[in-house]
Amino acid sequence: MLVAEKNALSEEIESYVGKYGNDRSALLMILHEIQKKHRHISDFAQQEVARLLNIHPVEVYSVISFFAFLNSSPKGRNLIRVCQTIACDMQGKTGLVQAIERELGIKVGETTKDNKFTLEYANCLGLCDVGPAMAINDQVFLKLTPEKAVELVSKVK
Amino acid sequence: MELNIKKRTGQVIFSEYTRGDAVKKTVTMSRNDILFELKDSKLRGRGGAGFPLSTKWMLTSAAKADEKFLVCNADEGEPGTFKDRVLLIEYPELVFDGMVVGGYTIGARKGIVYLRGEYEYLLRPLEDYLEEMRKDNLLGTNIAGKKGFDFDINIVLGSGAYVCGEETALIESLEGHRGEPRNRPPYPINTGFLGRPTSVNNVETLASVTHIVMKGGAWFAEFGTSKSTGSKLFSVSGDCDKPGVYELPWGTKISELLNKVGARDTKAVQIGGASGFCIPKSQFNRTLAYEDVSTGGSVKIFNESRDMLKVLKNFMEFFVDESCGQCTPCRMGNVKLLEGVEMIEKGQYTFSYINKLKDLGRTMQLASKCGLGQSSPNPFISILENFNDEIFNCGNGGTNGR
Repeated sequence: MLVAEKNALSEEIESYVGKYGNDRSALLMILHEIQKKHRHISDFAQQEVARLLNIHPVEVYSVISFFAFLNSSPKGRNLIRVCQTIACDMQGKTGLVQAIERELGIKVGETTKDNKFTLEYANCLGLCDVGPAMAINDQVFLKLTPEKAVELVSKVK
Repeated sequence: MELNIKKRTGQVIFSEYTRGDAVKKTVTMSRNDILFELKDSKLRGRGGAGFPLSTKWMLTSAAKADEKFLVCNADEGEPGTFKDRVLLIEYPELVFDGMVVGGYTIGARKGIVYLRGEYEYLLRPLEDYLEEMRKDNLLGTNIAGKKGFDFDINIVLGSGAYVCGEETALIESLEGHRGEPRNRPPYPINTGFLGRPTSVNNVETLASVTHIVMKGGAWFAEFGTSKSTGSKLFSVSGDCDKPGVYELPWGTKISELLNKVGARDTKAVQIGGASGFCIPKSQFNRTLAYEDVSTGGSVKIFNESRDMLKVLKNFMEFFVDESCGQCTPCRMGNVKLLEGVEMIEKGQYTFSYINKLKDLGRTMQLASKCGLGQSSPNPFISILENFNDEIFNCGNGGTNGR
């Protein structure tokens, strides 16, 4: 990581601490902001958060490793999450996933070579009445067919 | 987002309400008046556990501390539950006004909405809504002209952990720790967020409070049964014509609900989400109420074409995924139960081992630390027992087996 990048990241994290406060209870929202912008929380970011909140870096890591939506190693630029829980399963999530897998040439849990997409399963997205459902980044899509899902994925830049 | 927003009508929660009315009425009442109204209403927690709200708020308001908190639990991770999503999208006024009433009643100055990470798309609209409330003096200092009544709400986003719907795990994660449940007691009403008295309430409970303040506890108690008052939002999904959120009074029969949502050829209904119970056709005349089939509102419908073993496997995979791993019965037990399901799937099982697994399930119900491990064996035991004919005897157990 270049020094300039490090400084920029430090400044960014400082701005989050300014917004949410330097108490440990701000940790979840700070991590959420970093995750949202960078798609992962790097070792350096973890150290910076720990320094600013006055806790040990491993405490930050322990929280990251606990939550499904936080990760310390990089993923693709866009995250596709297909709901795998029972209602979406009954409404045809398997066909959805297979279509996306074929189209992108990856399996669930993998990232495309150009680093554009990561495909994952998610547990219940709370959209059981309008399934099968899928989330691309923070947007959700409902009542999908395999064709429609692939179309949505191909529209992502 | 293309969520279909339609005008809903209902007897209690979906009845008419204008933003701010309950807050303006609250500040003219004393804390005790509100607690008595809640007591008359016999409102019980809508998250599933069914703890009487008046008791919780009475204890929290009686606790002595320099600071108290009111937490709205919008971490509905239970598979098949989406009523909170509908409430927050279509009726935020009910939820937030209910929080202000709660803050006034228990003496909290800060309210926190713990919104599940999957609902991130709600964060911006809800924050805009809170900003509007601040402009109307429904949040902030000297709310609705009442000197000394300060209350504000902020929203914290979860990050995809089912177990954080458990109140102590929720508090742990709010404090910036891993979302692992604490031992209870001490209960959050004494030692909650940052060690201060904290009341954690479900979204729907708070929405009900708003109506109780406006129309009175006696009015609320007219609906439902004597032990389960008021109405309940049911999140209906699965094999039916009209899935969605329905408001029905407590005491509704399962068969009535199935008729209403257009379910045909129904074989089974999973009540209470993955951690609930699977009710077979023969018990469809049971009623939805705390005293009979208690539920947080999730209703999943399976028709004759569904393979119940696959359903069970999906549930157990969910629990293996979502167990926080803190206590052994839940961490190991769920893995063993899933293995058992896979053995049945492959036809490599013995009945004595399956019976041992059911015993293990009953041990988990007793020995797990929090509600996750205590309830995750429910589907395993109830599906294997209620559908043993289909799963073990190829549907021949009824006559041919004799």
